[in-house]
Amino acid sequence: MTPWMALCIVVPLGGAAVSLALHGRLLAQRVIGVAAVATTVALALAVLVQVDHDGRISADLGGWPVPIGITLVADRLSALMLVIGTVMLFAVLVYALGQRAQDERSPWYVPVYLVLTAGVCQAFLAGDLFNLFVSFEVLLMSSYVLVTLEGNDRQIRAGITYVVINVIESTLLLLAVALVFAATGTLNLAELPRRLAELPAGVALGLNLLLLLAFGLKAAVFPLFSWLPDSYPAAPSPVTAVFAGLLTKVGVYAIIRTQTQLFPGELRTLLMVVAGLTMVVGVLGAIAQSDMKRILSFHIVSQIGYMVMGLAIGGVAAIAATIFFVLHQIPTKTSLFLVEGIVERETGTSSTTGGAAGMARRSGPLALLFLLPALSLAGIPPLSGFVGKVALVESGFARDAWVVTAVALGVSLLTLVSMVKIWSGVFWGDVPGRTAATDGTLGTDAAEGRDDRDGERPVAGVLRRHPLMSAVTGGVVALTLAIALLAGPVYRYCERAARQLAVPAGQVGGPAAGEARGENP
Amino acid sequence: MSVTLAVLAGVLAAVGTALVLHRTLTRIVLGLGILGNAVNLLVLAAGTPPGTAPIIGRSGRFGDPVPPALVLTAIVIGFGTIAFLLAVAYRSWTIDGSDEVEDDIEDRRLAEADPHDADDPDLDADERSVP
Repeated sequence: MTPWMALCIVVPLGGAAVSLALHGRLLAQRVIGVAAVATTVALALAVLVQVDHDGRISADLGGWPVPIGITLVADRLSALMLVIGTVMLFAVLVYALGQRAQDERSPWYVPVYLVLTAGVCQAFLAGDLFNLFVSFEVLLMSSYVLVTLEGNDRQIRAGITYVVINVIESTLLLLAVALVFAATGTLNLAELPRRLAELPAGVALGLNLLLLLAFGLKAAVFPLFSWLPDSYPAAPSPVTAVFAGLLTKVGVYAIIRTQTQLFPGELRTLLMVVAGLTMVVGVLGAIAQSDMKRILSFHIVSQIGYMVMGLAIGGVAAIAATIFFVLHQIPTKTSLFLVEGIVERETGTSSTTGGAAGMARRSGPLALLFLLPALSLAGIPPLSGFVGKVALVESGFARDAWVVTAVALGVSLLTLVSMVKIWSGVFWGDVPGRTAATDGTLGTDAAEGRDDRDGERPVAGVLRRHPLMSAVTGGVVALTLAIALLAGPVYRYCERAARQLAVPAGQVGGPAAGEARGENP
Repeated sequence: MSVTLAVLAGVLAAVGTALVLHRTLTRIVLGLGILGNAVNLLVLAAGTPPGTAPIIGRSGRFGDPVPPALVLTAIVIGFGTIAFLLAVAYRSWTIDGSDEVEDDIEDRRLAEADPHDADDPDLDADERSVP
């Protein structure tokens, strides 16, 4: 037993406590924040290496044995999510510091962000349902604060929707946890599959649906998604980036875990319908919007559909494709929102109908940083989205899921359409308010182009892009390219993770027993 | 499982749901509190038979300590959430003096926009970019 898993939660929480004590000393807070999240990334990598070697590791907190104490468990899926999650949290923190160096300076940002980090890590490492519920609460509570941090009219309005819907989600999850405990007498994820299998079919179905409802609200699948495009765009861009990249994916992670391990292969038809509708409704919503941030928010919903589709198809190949797709989505989505943050900062708007037009002229590299993840999202080869979609579509054809696969292909095309909408509205065209004569100076004086148009922000230099913002965005885009380049080894890891999910989790606290079967499917 | 507790949890859940469906923020907060308590009661009722305390060394039947532990955690979390919601509600009231949950402005704007010129950026773009 190694302390790395527990440290993944303790380090950011400790950092949060220290930075809270340093209230008012911004530089010290930032140093602690970056150091704590960087350490968490290193710890997550250590967990990944160990898990890939040992298969599944678990730790009993405080030395209490399993039925009494709290267990942390990491298998290949959770280790992968842990690494990509903490890397994104680190990138966005650095980006936000670059932005906030000139923007507003909240003494609460770093502590709350560190609590969010701890919550995300705990969610991926939770070994029982109740611990999962608590970690959801930890990350939700900090996300409430981050959404409403500035406390202005727009954020409060959107924040209310966000908080209320998530409190209802938490209540449903607690209800589901209570009923699972009442029916089986345990909440341990390793013990539950066996106990759930002994239940009458109707009871198991009810529990399954209730859990799916709670996690589906968090993941924003079809009938339960309308809160997301409403509330995410109101948050500051770096916050939206981390929410878009991570928080819905925590819900997807929980759905993957419950649908593969607790209730394997039930509800396949329902999931298939949900997946198709999520994809279609999300992308149609995106096409109707005329604001970059809102288009991207609807795309979060649409892409969740692909992940649910992989689950609905079922089987090791489809689950592996789903895991790869989630892995590709997290950095891709995050980088798109980071680019949006830069656009909004330089032009004061993210609308696709004027205002922000001509970004490609102002900054060619930024346009490239948008284009790569946007094409990846649409599934253009050779980017990572293409690999994920090919894997999903192949597994769909292999298991005769023709309808949902066809829908997925059609939605890819529509995704491209809405990306083109952003491209032509924000990046293409002439910079408004600038004459053709000055167009020769590319991308250097964005501030001057804005002044005559945007009377609200007279101080031009304040909103210049910080080099850290570009550097981080570039880094995250490079990560998506790396996933595409290393698609072979990464995909093989995803297959190992899927194979591990396909077998029961083994005996209580006995990682070795489950693993022995896990390696020989 | 005690019938009284089950019925009580059901009634509280119904009351909470009805309150949450209102547009007034204070009622929503009250509703969420009641809904939370309904579930807390249910956890308690689901776990332990009535009259059995989870205390070691007590004579007679011995209750399961897990549900009370879950409920305690849930109560603390619920308390924090309600406190935060009240703060947000107060902030909303100081900003615009109303207690209502507002519509999504961008949504309203899109719904009322003429579908024929929605895709044409050249047509009075300045007018439409103002929310």
